[in-house]
Parts: sequence; structure tokens; C-alpha cells
Amino acid sequence: MPEVLKAPLVVEFPFTRSLGPVQSAFLTGLRERVVLGVKTGDGRTLVPPVEYDPVTSEEIRDLVEVAATGTVTTWAWNHEPRRGQPLATPFAWVLVRLDGADTALLHALDAPGPDAVRTGMRVRIRWAGERTGAITDIACFEPYDGQPEQPGGHTGEFENPLTGIVTPARLDYTYSPGRAQADYIDALSEQRTVGERCPSCRKVYVPPRGACPTCGVATAEHVEVGPRGTVTTYCIVNIKAKNLDIEVPYVYAHIALDGADLALHARIGGIPYDEVRMGLRVEPVWTQGARYPDHYRPTGEPDADYDTYKELL
Amino acid sequence: MTREIAVVAFAQTDHRRSTEESSEVEMLMPVLHEVLDRTGLKTADIGFTCSGSSDYLAGRAFSFTLALDGVGAWPPISESHVEMDGAWALYEAWTKLLTGDADTALVYSYGKCSPGSVRDVLTRQLDPYYVAPLWPDAVALAALQAQALIDAGDTDEPALAAVGARSRADAAANPHAQLAGRVPQGDYVVRPLRTGDCPPIGDGAAAVVLAAGERARELCERPAWIRGIDHRIEAHALGVRDLTDSPSTRLAAEKAGAFEGPVDTAELHAPFSAQEVVLRKALRLGDGVRVNPSGGALAAHPVMAAGLIRIGEAAARIHRGESDRALAHATSGPCLQQNLVAVLEGDPR
Repeated sequence: MPEVLKAPLVVEFPFTRSLGPVQSAFLTGLRERVVLGVKTGDGRTLVPPVEYDPVTSEEIRDLVEVAATGTVTTWAWNHEPRRGQPLATPFAWVLVRLDGADTALLHALDAPGPDAVRTGMRVRIRWAGERTGAITDIACFEPYDGQPEQPGGHTGEFENPLTGIVTPARLDYTYSPGRAQADYIDALSEQRTVGERCPSCRKVYVPPRGACPTCGVATAEHVEVGPRGTVTTYCIVNIKAKNLDIEVPYVYAHIALDGADLALHARIGGIPYDEVRMGLRVEPVWTQGARYPDHYRPTGEPDADYDTYKELL
Repeated sequence: MTREIAVVAFAQTDHRRSTEESSEVEMLMPVLHEVLDRTGLKTADIGFTCSGSSDYLAGRAFSFTLALDGVGAWPPISESHVEMDGAWALYEAWTKLLTGDADTALVYSYGKCSPGSVRDVLTRQLDPYYVAPLWPDAVALAALQAQALIDAGDTDEPALAAVGARSRADAAANPHAQLAGRVPQGDYVVRPLRTGDCPPIGDGAAAVVLAAGERARELCERPAWIRGIDHRIEAHALGVRDLTDSPSTRLAAEKAGAFEGPVDTAELHAPFSAQEVVLRKALRLGDGVRVNPSGGALAAHPVMAAGLIRIGEAAARIHRGESDRALAHATSGPCLQQNLVAVLEGDPR
């Protein structure tokens, strides 16, 4: 069996989120070293606060300040912190019920080791040096043996309240394309295009997916297609994509390679954009070291008859 | 008159640490063919198709549309997808059959955990404002629940280890399991959970065929009749919940009719050993109930398929005549946040 193709794949996105009145007050409060909860109809104080009572689903807006000291309700020792977690040194994950609250907040506890942590222990917020209005404005909790702090009675009204936050997310993967697509990529590295024929309906799929979408059966029979093909349909792109150095307007087309029963898509070059047409015969243009054709250009052959590609539109 | 609906066939892959040589559809297709072969049905005969998966696992957008190639979605079929475990896809299919819109349904789900780090990937299902920015991984949250149970006196570390050991010992009879036989309890991953308390990370797929009424009897010698299914969810915030209990599981079980008679088998979706303790209590399972004879999620845990596999394993036991009344449970989210319970019965013998 050939070597399995693999490549790193990073999915990264800065999620921009708007805040409602309750979340805005809570996160703005953290920026100002104030911890706010929200009161439910039956008098419980939820920290972190939510906009709707989880029991009654009633809308709740009654903000109330709670203390920066509290009690650990459960914990777990994390000896190998992972990327993005609050502390880079071993720490305890904790749920902490802050003094004045009826529910617990998840965060990290900085402690020398698991023997220094227990359910029921008293802790206090350690604030981050620079605070932006995020849950990470609480750098972590730390052990605390003093009196419960008295909250200041803040109403949740702030100057310059936050209305949104940006939460970057990044996940790292190792992508492997599977057998059929790997065969396709391997062939491309030799400037060939291969598809697979369905054993049932005999159609040739390019690129191959390992399955026939019509019959729902596995495909395995390799068929080399092209290199020439026919433009079955196209569009003219007038907007320049970010980080793409192709001059607009250009033509993006569906191309039925000779021998294929499914059209690929690719850019058309070597011809003014307004002269591209359905039925145009084209061939791939490779650039040095490229992993796929840079574009397709006219072959100079007469246009294909509509009947030869009408099933592939 | 309510229609009777049954699981008539079940198939699953061998669950493995990595299936990097296969795409998702390539991994899935043999299972689809196997489950259809068991009934003699062709894809074109199926009245409704529903699947469960998550793009976050493999980092591929709209991957379920590619998986559709494996079921022959042309000409167009009646199809739906849930971004959840396949157990919830089965729930949707069951509802569809209840309406009378279809007589048969194909339900499948799959998960490739190997391309990414599933511990980190699952952080993306958490509250994005207060929790996800801290990146608490899936094991960490399960460990908080385990410690809460230990503090409450509901379990201790040796008892948790015994759950893992029993699961892997039972898995020795399951040719599809990823971890079977004696497995070292290992070091702490996040204390109090050790390697042996955590599910293996792996890739896999499963598929089930449902059929209504007489159609079920034609397709299966001893159909596993679904007497009830229900699913419930708890508050999103972990600090609002009592982590030692699972009221949502109990309520789902009650609504599914689980407490109306004794069950002989329970397939519980408990990815972490401590979660079995919570579920046994919520479901009032006594020592006489055979829990996870397949080895459960501690022996194989293809995310998004592991819950459907619980229903499939419970049904297969009824098909084989090893069970008369079985309970199947599936979970989703951190610390048993969402729970589905199904009650399956075979015809009296």
C-alpha cells in the first residue's frame, strides 16, 4: 500500500460575539475588578450570570455584586496544562462558589500541588494585570485563609460598557485525504488526472471520492482522463479575492475532461474573458513545481458539439 | 393507532486509533453495505435516511455531504443530518416513521477523532463567553464530575478502576472494540481520572436500520421494538448543576417508559468511568442488570457514533435472543449534559 498522505491543517478563527446586557455587565465588571451575579425570581444568585433563569426560563436582569472570595465545590488536578489554559504551570481546575453566590464558576486554581487542594477550601480571585473584559481577566484563583470579602454593592452600570468580545479559536489537525483522493493527488504530482469508474453505473468520477453518489457503492477502478476537456459552463469573476494575485475579471469554468462523467472546476486563461464560451476545448497549463494545473487554455480545436457535454452541465 | 417501530439491523466498524488511510466516506461505506445486506434492502428502498457527525472532529467543513455519496443520494432521497451523536439521528428517524411518512429508515453516524486532538476539539462545544476561552478539555470536566462523586461518597478511585476493568474484560467478546482485555489503569490524566477511566480515542462508524410494523417482521426474525425514546438537556452552565446526579437521564428514562418494567440489559454511553456511577443511580439499575456487555464507551469511543452503537448493541442482543427488555442510553456534551434513553423489547418467547 502506498504511503498515507498527510499534511498539517490549522483551523483558526477570531469569533466576534455580541454581548447582551447581562454578559456585558459581567465582563465589563471583570475589567473593573467587580464580580456580578444575577438574581433569579426565587432569590438565588447565579454567578456567572445568565440572561434567562435555567429553571423557569424567565428573563432575569437584576444584577448584584458578589465577593472575590469563595469556596471550592469540586476540583481536578491538571498536571499537564494544555495550550490556551489559564496557567502554564500545573494547576487545579476548580468550580468556585463565590461568597454571595448560589452557583459555581469554572476557573483555575494556582496551588503547589494536589495535596494543597480540597473541596471546601477557601480561595480568592487573582486578577490579571491587564484586563480587557473577558473571563481571563480572572488570571486564576489562589488559596485564601482570610475573612470573606464584602462586595461593594455595584449595580452593574459602567462607563464604556463592553458590547462585544473577540474569542480566538485555533484547532490543529493532521489532514489525510483517504485512499481515493490520495491516488488523485499522487497522479497530479505526475501531471496526470485520474478518476474512478463506478462498477454499477460505469460513470467516471473526477476527482474520485471512493464512492458513487448515484449508486452508493465503492469505486476503485482507475481511469485516466483528459488532459483535454470541454468548458460546460462558466462565470466571470469581477471581485478580487484577498491574497489572490489573479487580475480580474477572469473566468472560472466547469470543465469536463475527456473521458470523465463529472466536470471539474478551474480558471480559464490564454483567452480574453469575454470570448470564453460553452463548448470551448481547453487543456491544462502547469507551472514549475505546481501541485495542480495553474489554469486551462484553449487548444485551438473546434468547439465541442452541445450534445457531447449536455449531460455534464 | 401508534405505529410499532423496531431496530431491525445494526452494523459497526472495527474501532481503531486511526483510519488515516481512509476518508470518512471510505470508512463509513462498508458499514452501510453491511447493515443493508442484513435486511436485503437497497439504498433506493430506504424511506428516510438520517445521519449524525461533527465537522469539528476532522476539521472538514460539510463533511456529511461527502458521506452522502455512500448512500446514493441521486436521484434525490429523503434525508436529514444532525450535528450530534447518531442516537439523535435515530430519534429523528423514529419520529419520521411514527408520522407514517416512511416505513424504513437508515441511520448512520461516524467520527474520525484521529486527525485532531479530541480533548481540545470538544472545548468548542462549551459556553463561548465564560468557559471556552479557558480551554478546559473534555477530561478535565469529567474529572471535576468524578471528584464531586468521590466527595459525595458515591465512589472512590478503586471503584472507578473496577468499572474500566469490567468494561474492557467484557469487550474481549466484542470483535469491534478498540480496547479489550486487561488494560493498565495508568497514570492520572487529570486527577482523579487515570488513563483507564477515560475512553480510548478512535475512529469508527455505525449504522442501524429501522422499520415499522409488519415491515420490521419481514426484515428481521426478532425485531427490537422501540417502546419509547426521550431525550433531555440540563442547564448549560456546569456550576448550576449537581454533577453527582443526572436529572435529565432520569426524566428521559421515565418518559421513555424505562421504569414501567425491569430491564435485563443496559447499554450506557458513559465515556468516563465515573459517569457510569451517575447513570446507574439515575436509571435505578440494580446489580441484576447486565451493564455494557459490549464493553461500552470505555472500550471504543468513536465520538458521534458511540451513542448510536449503544442502541445498536442493545438491539443486537434482542435480535440474538440474549435480551428481552433492554435500555440504551446516549449522551452528548460535557459531564452528561444531554441524555437520550431508549427502551427496546423483543417479542415474547
